[in-house]
Amino acid sequence: MTTPQIGKIHVTMTVNGTQVDGLVEPRLLLVHFIRENLQLTGTHIGCETSHCGACTVDLDGMSVKSCTVFAVQVDGANIMTIEGMANADGTLSALQEGFRMMHGLQCGFCTPGMIMRAHRLLKENPNPNEEEIRFGISGNLCRCTGYQNIVKAIQYAAAKLNGTEFKEAAE
Amino acid sequence: MIPGPFEYHRPTTIADAVKLLCDFGDDARPLAGGHSLIPMMKLRLATPSHLIDLQALEALKGIRREAESIVIGPMTTQHELLSSQIISKSLPILHEAALVIADPQVRYRGTIGGNIANGDPGNDMPALMMTLDATYRLVGTDETREVSVRDYYQGAYFTALEPGEIMTAITIPVPPVGHGYAYEKLKRKIGDYATAAAAVILTMSDGKVATCSIGLTNLSETALLAEDAAQLVIGTALDDATLKKASAAAEAIMSPAADGRGPVEYRKHVGGVMVARALKRAASVAV
Repeated sequence: MTTPQIGKIHVTMTVNGTQVDGLVEPRLLLVHFIRENLQLTGTHIGCETSHCGACTVDLDGMSVKSCTVFAVQVDGANIMTIEGMANADGTLSALQEGFRMMHGLQCGFCTPGMIMRAHRLLKENPNPNEEEIRFGISGNLCRCTGYQNIVKAIQYAAAKLNGTEFKEAAE
Repeated sequence: MIPGPFEYHRPTTIADAVKLLCDFGDDARPLAGGHSLIPMMKLRLATPSHLIDLQALEALKGIRREAESIVIGPMTTQHELLSSQIISKSLPILHEAALVIADPQVRYRGTIGGNIANGDPGNDMPALMMTLDATYRLVGTDETREVSVRDYYQGAYFTALEPGEIMTAITIPVPPVGHGYAYEKLKRKIGDYATAAAAVILTMSDGKVATCSIGLTNLSETALLAEDAAQLVIGTALDDATLKKASAAAEAIMSPAADGRGPVEYRKHVGGVMVARALKRAASVAV
């Protein structure tokens, strides 16, 4: 089989509030565009098979696995990665603070994807119960924590965003 | 894992999409949500040299009622199915099934068309479509065909869709008000394909089954319609002896592969269990 000569395509996106562009091969995956072209390496590559959720980013109001999307498919999109999560003044967002206070991470590899998924979950359901949180993060794998403290981190963030206090301690 | 190189096309009309698919023939693949095709391309199990992205085709999106049917655009995502009042009111079994497909991220991108069109026996929606007796509209350069779902699936990844055709609508007759429904899926973990699954749509009259349809997922090379099992329960109150007979009749048509989900005997056995559970639960919600 001869390799076809493939032209590159110009794409433009808004990533973490900043307009970015690039000339990409159609086969370039969004996660590679984010990590290599934009040098935003907070978004992790885990399984590369759409299972683990480490590469989750927020795309036009949806959580997506950026290893299973081509950059050319999302030309014009509005994307947020973990680098866009902190508050404008540089302090931690409620979710980031929740993961810190509730020890929602150990090795930290899954954390960017967990936080990006939890961000969209809380936008859609600002007051989820434990079951809804567990179902909502079922596309994100963590091999360290056993999820207990991740669930608490999200509960902590939900409480803070709702103006109440989460009274439980981390496990 | 990097897919092979391809040229990217984003047509804005169905006619243009069909023309591209026709011109490039076997070298082209339509791209919907990409959550079946892109993983296959990464593994180089699929190496199309032209990808025809259908995302700009607005006519392929949306859910609407037309007379006694629900018409679903194939580019409708699983997430949109879950958010649809029309689906939860008129086709609640699809809401229930979409919840057990993959995970939240995949449901935002994955489409119903992608789930049913390529003939993957592991996918859940084909058995649902068979149970509901759906019709698929296939558009090619010369003709538009309405194909019954029961004639569509011919083998694993082998369907009635011809090269150069795309699916443009899924038409589902609305089941009667008060019908019972259930989709019972046994899986190893969230996001997995079914070890075995059964879909049931039925109506009850005076405590007895009046009509019944049963579909099976991942228990053969294609989704199956368990017609003998469905026939057996009509006129009964689904007593234990009848459920046992129905399970056995369904197991008789199953031919699952032995894989990481278990040996053939196990998968057939739990397939029968799913049929009995789905029948019981469907009857319990029928009015």
